[in-house]
Amino acid sequence: MSIDQSHGHPGSDVATTSEGGLPERFENPGLEPHRHRMADVDPKAAKRAERQVAALFGLSTLGTILLIVAYYAVSIEGDSWAEIARQLRISTTLLGVGLALATFGIGAGAVHWAKTLMPDEERIELRHPMRGTDEDREDALAILREGSAEAGVGRRPLIRNSLLAALVPLTVGPPIVLLRDTGPLPGNDLSTTFWKQGMALVHDPITDETGRKIKPEDLTIGSVVHVLPEGIQDAEHELDEIAKAAVLLIRLNPDDLDETSRAGSYEGIVAYSKICTHMGCPVALYEQQTHHLLCPCHQSTFDLKQNCKVIFGPAKRPLPQLAITVDDAGYLVAKSPFTEAAGPSFWERG
Amino acid sequence: MSTTTTAKAAGNLGNWADERVGASKGVKFLARKIFPDHWSFMLGEVALYSFIILLLTGVFLTFFYIPSVGHTVYTGSYEQLAGQTVSEAYASTLSLSFDVRGGLLMRQIHHWAALIFVAAIVTHMFRVFFTGAFRKPREINWVIGSVLALLAIIEGFAGYSLPDDLLSGTGLRIASSIILAIPVVGSYISFFLFGGQFPGEEFIPRLYTIHVLLLPGIFLALITAHLILLVVQKHTQYPGPGRTNENVVGYPLFPVYMAKAGGFFFIVFGITALMGALFTINPIWAYGAYHPSPVTAGSQPDWYMGWLDGAVRLTPGFLEFQVLGFTVSGNILLPALIIPGLVTMPMILYPWIEQWATGDKREHHLLDRPRNVPTRTGLGVMAITFYLLLLVSGGNDIIATHLRLSINDITNSLRLLVFVVPPLAYVVTKRICLGLQRKDREKVLHGRETGVIYRTEEGEFFEVHEPLGEHDRWLLVQHDSFRPLDPAPAEDERGVKRPGARFDKVKAKLSSFYFEDRIEPVTPAELEAAHHEHHGGHEAVEGSDEAERPALAGH
Amino acid sequence: MTALAARRRHPLAAAAIVLLGLLVTGVAYAAVTPGRAQATTASADDVAAGKKLFLANCSTCHGLNAEGRNEFPSLIGVGAAAVDFQVGTGRMPLQATGPQAPKVVNKFSDEEVRQLAAYVASLAPGPAVPSAEDVDASKGDVSNGSLIFRTNCAMCHNFNGKGGALTRGKYAPNLEGVTPTHVYEAMVTGPQSMPVFNDSTITPQEKRDIIAYLQAVETDTPPGGVSLGSIGPVSEGLVAWAVGLSLLVGCAVWLGAKAS
Repeated sequence: MSIDQSHGHPGSDVATTSEGGLPERFENPGLEPHRHRMADVDPKAAKRAERQVAALFGLSTLGTILLIVAYYAVSIEGDSWAEIARQLRISTTLLGVGLALATFGIGAGAVHWAKTLMPDEERIELRHPMRGTDEDREDALAILREGSAEAGVGRRPLIRNSLLAALVPLTVGPPIVLLRDTGPLPGNDLSTTFWKQGMALVHDPITDETGRKIKPEDLTIGSVVHVLPEGIQDAEHELDEIAKAAVLLIRLNPDDLDETSRAGSYEGIVAYSKICTHMGCPVALYEQQTHHLLCPCHQSTFDLKQNCKVIFGPAKRPLPQLAITVDDAGYLVAKSPFTEAAGPSFWERG
Repeated sequence: MSTTTTAKAAGNLGNWADERVGASKGVKFLARKIFPDHWSFMLGEVALYSFIILLLTGVFLTFFYIPSVGHTVYTGSYEQLAGQTVSEAYASTLSLSFDVRGGLLMRQIHHWAALIFVAAIVTHMFRVFFTGAFRKPREINWVIGSVLALLAIIEGFAGYSLPDDLLSGTGLRIASSIILAIPVVGSYISFFLFGGQFPGEEFIPRLYTIHVLLLPGIFLALITAHLILLVVQKHTQYPGPGRTNENVVGYPLFPVYMAKAGGFFFIVFGITALMGALFTINPIWAYGAYHPSPVTAGSQPDWYMGWLDGAVRLTPGFLEFQVLGFTVSGNILLPALIIPGLVTMPMILYPWIEQWATGDKREHHLLDRPRNVPTRTGLGVMAITFYLLLLVSGGNDIIATHLRLSINDITNSLRLLVFVVPPLAYVVTKRICLGLQRKDREKVLHGRETGVIYRTEEGEFFEVHEPLGEHDRWLLVQHDSFRPLDPAPAEDERGVKRPGARFDKVKAKLSSFYFEDRIEPVTPAELEAAHHEHHGGHEAVEGSDEAERPALAGH
Repeated sequence: MTALAARRRHPLAAAAIVLLGLLVTGVAYAAVTPGRAQATTASADDVAAGKKLFLANCSTCHGLNAEGRNEFPSLIGVGAAAVDFQVGTGRMPLQATGPQAPKVVNKFSDEEVRQLAAYVASLAPGPAVPSAEDVDASKGDVSNGSLIFRTNCAMCHNFNGKGGALTRGKYAPNLEGVTPTHVYEAMVTGPQSMPVFNDSTITPQEKRDIIAYLQAVETDTPPGGVSLGSIGPVSEGLVAWAVGLSLLVGCAVWLGAKAS
């Protein structure tokens, strides 16, 4: 077996000796002498290893039995969740540990078997260059040439060109056309919300089925309420609409508001879109003392005292304000819809 | 059954198989194929086996999961959601967890296996990168592997999103915003994907098809190609005595590797099952059903998406701007699309970048020791450091609460650190590699320190060094040491500019970036000289740099 | 006490005017404060004892008459609930300046807290300490509580009430082990960064639902095994690497090592 590795630098001739008659590189000394394992020389050790392997396989069997027994013995039913949860915990743990033992036992046994009892003398297999021999390559080329000539690809360009002309539109056209009906065109949908002038602000129907309307006196300074436009639960795509129309209603000391935000406020009560202008997470963390709104997803921070201007984080635009007022019955209503698109940015937003 | 009947039965079976599919040829080709043994060669197997575990547990989950966001009222075991209107996807995931025996276990194994799958792919890539296993002829497998890694991230994210819980829905909301941010076509792509506005009713079922059919199909095809190439090209091996570029030293597939690798599948399964048995993962019941208005503190993706989330958290908002009445969300495009592109493209192309610098077109089957390629190792550590800093940024809120720090300070510091630390990591790593190489030279030239101290008559102290044996020495002297490529002259003798001369200059620059700092392995002549010096009474010889050394013959 | 004695010599008339002004503010505040701003039922002795405690422990920051000063808020009209929460959880008296007052061991007896609360409640009407019935988890609806918690609380306190980060070192604390009474009081008074959830925005029944939900979260066995802190995917990722991959690499090393 040759261990010449033809080391050296590309492009340089490999000098085999330098002055002094020493080789330029060290030579590969070949495999180290094999050291026998205990199990190779001591039949007792071999027997012990055999028993260990068998024990590991036995462990696997026990694991399988545990799994089957646990499956039937541990019920996951109960009168209360507290009881069910306890049962589930026991069931999950026992089934899982059973499965773990059943699989790990086989695995560890097999590996231990290979390591201790199967031959551990290293063997050598020769590699051959990936490329074919020059002869192979010539043969292959000849075959390809012959085949091309038989097909007449070169002689009949019309066939080749028309095939290409057919394949290109096939791979581009139908996929685009056929995927067209996966969804409607955006149209105006991203720029508008459910809010209309005079629409009442109500508690989220998810927690309050009656959809309570809100009066200014319901809010203390420092109060925050998550609100939605009245009637949103009857929208055709309720969740889509909520994802754009969710609003936070907050009452501050009117002196803390700047003039722009005061214009849309009512007695210190302001309404801002709850949907982050960055990536659409609900910006719901209101710090009562600093009047900052924080988005939990990427920490964009909006300052209520400055009309929800971004003061930290990756968002750029302030949260849009929903101008509010009260109706004749004294309930808070939208003075006008949002004057800009609520939610994350998009190309056509402008 | 007696041995003879067993043998006869096996013989009959063999005959049956051979006459139909020529099994004897396959056995001859495969059964005694040699595989080298090293723990780091098992990392790819961890990934492969996790994938099989994912297929098995995933099939179980599909028996119970309903890919629909149709509304339903939850009436299952979990009292904390009793009577709530939730999607069928969410309700069915709860029901398969709580009302199906072993269902929760299967879900947890599936999720743990997914996290381990990506983690194993990543560590496997590290191994391949730092040992240079991606070099010719394995560039194709590097590309296939890179594509698999990227697909694994997408596949994981798709799976994470299917239960339609509050956390995953928040993740989808972010994904939809990234799509919306794509210039010109973003809103159209988003509307086509989601079948309208976010969240819509179409996305979960579509994602389901992608998660259980499309991507696993692509995975199977690519993994098959990956493994076929592995067999055709034979496995690489670490350098060592007897190991050459023209052989493979190790153990035969049958029986040793069948037992080891086959057994290892069960070991991976066992450990994943144990994790599923003991640790809660993705408690969707606690998150609640997805709804667009609530959100939870600590909204994070699974770890493999964490670096992108971290990049998004670090990017300042001023990168969004308006042009001709259109919005360009640089604050989203940069971290969510451009940085991943900038990270993955050089990664995929790396084999060719390095080939360009070395000018080396030979086949390589012997792995590098990372210290012997300091620049590559430094670049790798630099990339990992960058990645880790982004990953840490993705958990800035958790760090803030657990270490009682200000989230603003953490974010601002990380904004600086992502620029400062990775280059530093590169320099430090490279220096460490060069230092280790010097130590290797030292060891070859002066032998191993024995700890035995002698005092000469003159009162000088010296430590006895024991010369290395030829087997131990070989590992330290076997590697190639590349030198920077000289650019060919830009003009020929007649002063005519050679085409591509500028190109060669770039190439030479790249080459000197890689190989300017280098330590060359000890040659027999140097060892001989060191011996002479020892006899001459000198007790220490500098492990010298190329720069301090007279040029050697033959280069 | 000498400093206090010296201050007592301030002109009485000035103090009376200040008190009157504050009373007016308090009444006006109470008018816009919905819910049951309970008239003080504590005895005069309690109020007197509470005042003593107040002067000794709180007046340095909040002022001799609880009128507040600079960044220290006025306590007029904050009600007994605020005192019971702040002092009962050890947040007040403030031990060190920082982004926010942490929860520490309360150094006052229940009796003293009650007296302090009685004194502050006597200044002006404000939210009262909730009754045992108000915070009776068994009267709450866990499922409804989970919905309300998710909409109004989880964004700061995390889905399981484990807490979360706010800006500049502030945080929403972990709700584990917090008594139902303190949870209730925090909602009605809005301590520190927390907004106010008065009885109109979250009704008393809904507050009970939240308390019931929190209690269920705390007492229920996690069905899937160790909960890893219930902080979401960050701890899961750490475990996947530190436990899962480490064990697997350990097994691979064993597999690759030569048997002896």
